[in-house]
Amino acid sequence: MKDSTQSDFTEKIIGNMKETPGPLLEILHQIQKEFGYVSPDLVPVIAESLNVSRAEVHGVISFYHYFRSAPPALHRVQICRAEACQAMGSRVLEDYAKASLGIDFHQITADGSITLEPVYCLGNCACPPSIRIDDKIYAGVSAEIFDLLVDELRIKPLKVVN
Amino acid sequence: MEEFMSKLFVPKDTGACSLGADEVALKLEHYFESHDIAIQVVRNGSRGLYWLEPLIEIETAEGRVAYGPIGIGDVEDFIKESCWMLNKSHPKYLGRTEAIPFLSKQQRVTFAKVGIIDPLCIDDYVSHGGFVGLRKALELSPQDIVSTVSESGLRGRGGAAFPTGIKWQTVLDATGAQKYIVCNADEGDSGTYSDRMLMESDPFALIEGMTIAGLGVKSTEGYIYLREEYPLAHEILKKALRVAREANYIGKNILESGSSFDIEVRLGAGAYICGEETSMLESLEGKRGEVRPKPPLPAAQGLFGKPSVINNVVSLASVPPIIADGSESYHHYGFGRSRGTLPFQLSGNIKYAGLVEIPFGATLNDLLFGFGGGTRTGRAMKAVQVGGPLGAYLPKRHWNTALDYEAFSKIGAMLGHGGIVGFDDSVDMSEQAQFSMEFCRIESCGKCTPCRIGSVRGVELIESIRRGENLQQNQELLVELCDTMEDGSLCAMGGMTPFPVRSALKYFSKDFE
Ligand SMILES: Cc1cc2nc3c(=O)[nH]c(=O)nc-3n(C[C@H](O)[C@H](O)[C@H](O)COP(=O)(O)O)c2cc1C
Ligand code: SF4
Ligand code: FES
Repeated sequence: MKDSTQSDFTEKIIGNMKETPGPLLEILHQIQKEFGYVSPDLVPVIAESLNVSRAEVHGVISFYHYFRSAPPALHRVQICRAEACQAMGSRVLEDYAKASLGIDFHQITADGSITLEPVYCLGNCACPPSIRIDDKIYAGVSAEIFDLLVDELRIKPLKVVN
Repeated sequence: MEEFMSKLFVPKDTGACSLGADEVALKLEHYFESHDIAIQVVRNGSRGLYWLEPLIEIETAEGRVAYGPIGIGDVEDFIKESCWMLNKSHPKYLGRTEAIPFLSKQQRVTFAKVGIIDPLCIDDYVSHGGFVGLRKALELSPQDIVSTVSESGLRGRGGAAFPTGIKWQTVLDATGAQKYIVCNADEGDSGTYSDRMLMESDPFALIEGMTIAGLGVKSTEGYIYLREEYPLAHEILKKALRVAREANYIGKNILESGSSFDIEVRLGAGAYICGEETSMLESLEGKRGEVRPKPPLPAAQGLFGKPSVINNVVSLASVPPIIADGSESYHHYGFGRSRGTLPFQLSGNIKYAGLVEIPFGATLNDLLFGFGGGTRTGRAMKAVQVGGPLGAYLPKRHWNTALDYEAFSKIGAMLGHGGIVGFDDSVDMSEQAQFSMEFCRIESCGKCTPCRIGSVRGVELIESIRRGENLQQNQELLVELCDTMEDGSLCAMGGMTPFPVRSALKYFSKDFE
């Protein structure tokens, strides 16, 4: 499905970045910030505007863990899998998170509220294990704390008040 | 209201905020406002005493005093017990901040202002000695700037420990109108956070250091390549650049000197390899982050093919005090060929985890026990990984090694970016070795076979060792694989992944039986 809003936006930001050297990563960042992912439909638009091949644009998108080609869930939950967090139980937390959400890394919960992702260090290694939810980082996350935090993110049916 | 209690500090640092500092600050601000109490809540950076975060400080006539940790659950009590009016009998009262042994035993040079000033207040920065180095540099010739950095003995803090002055000299001597200063703020090493802290707590120090580098090598443009995993550092850096530009410390005709230099932040996109300098250049140019063969060195042909200085955040932020106070003031700290100080970062299973800036020459034991107080879990410390995911795991018998680049390299280890991760005796070192290979598999840029294929094979081999299959034969194969990766990889990703693997195998062989 062609989304003209997305391609209009893309053309506009590329137009604004005419003076920026090596702009591709910046362009992808702006697109993902706006729409949550970089739609494959935009690859030809970007390629044409920058006068590079589609393969090149696709190659860049696929190289970086951060760029997504499909719409994300409402929230991104990242669990740090790196050494300092391992030393304080991140492996157990990771297993718990997958089991309690019923998904593996890079998957989305059935209600569309959460994408679970691994991350390799959040720079919060003095307070492990750490997780990141969208742009906020949490320290010393136990299974209980994980449940509390994640519960807040769930899409809840509106309560009927009588 | 007594005047000496006019300021209260609540850190705005990723670590402090991950423990509730934002919510605590909001609560206090709300309380003071609604009760007409004339106390200003300042969002400083972190002092780096993370087990005490959120660490609240209050300004008094005798200096700043601290309470901590004051998390969301403690703030009501903090208010009720009038801590903000200096209740010294409160159990969370810590006395004068500077007198806390973890802090008083340090020699903070690069981190001198971190946690003390308001990171975005340029007047605060200036009144604590900020921009003295830059003002001096504006009076010096480029060669004098570079020579001062050379004489200080500063070596790159990003990992490779290459002499900063030599790098700058190469770029100064290179011909060409366009040169770049590139700050490596990718800080991918697990267990490290000194770059993050510096950018969040004292961003002007980095800006000043980059600007001096620009004057030193005659460059007018700088880039900061920041990892996507640091959203708060990104926000603070962008604001700091705006403030510095408005005050004309960067931009055109800096402080009416006739020299210009400006800085732009670029975000990475979640790739460890983009911390390797040539991969970072590719990424900055908007390409896949594949490692470039060297030569040419970036100093000759770097960003967009132009001569470029690439330095780590801490390397660059160490420059202002070197220029301000002279090379000797920095050089007199340290040990052997490791001059100056290094901000070590205690991480993982360590009781008092935090940032420790001390001169080279102390031992790991000093850090782990003197500062760190042993493990957080209270069990015996078993292994310590130094220098990030490509660093060796060291057993107790090596904890007496002097913290010095050469001494570490002699034992097959590296100080790297100064990250120190403690593990207690519940760790299974074969699992750690397997992770090292797995990390290499996930993060390899794919350019060379020993790394790309070797890491896949490495994971399989360790898996089968852990299942107890053909132990002796598989261990021999693993050692051979490590040899191949070390000898045949283009960069340290494939070339040094064998370090943690070999060290686990060598020092903790029981975990592979
Ligand atoms: C796989 C790999 C990852 C690296 N990651 C970083 C990093 O995150 N930050 C950094 O400053 N240097 C990193 N480096 C080192 C850089 O290549 C380079 O040596 C450094 O940025 C130079 O700056 P310095 O001389 O100030 O240390 C890495 C090197 C390798 C091989
Ligand atoms: S060693 Fe690995 S990361 Fe380095 S260039 Fe080769 S494939 Fe890329
Ligand atoms: S290792 Fe998990 S935050 Fe650094």
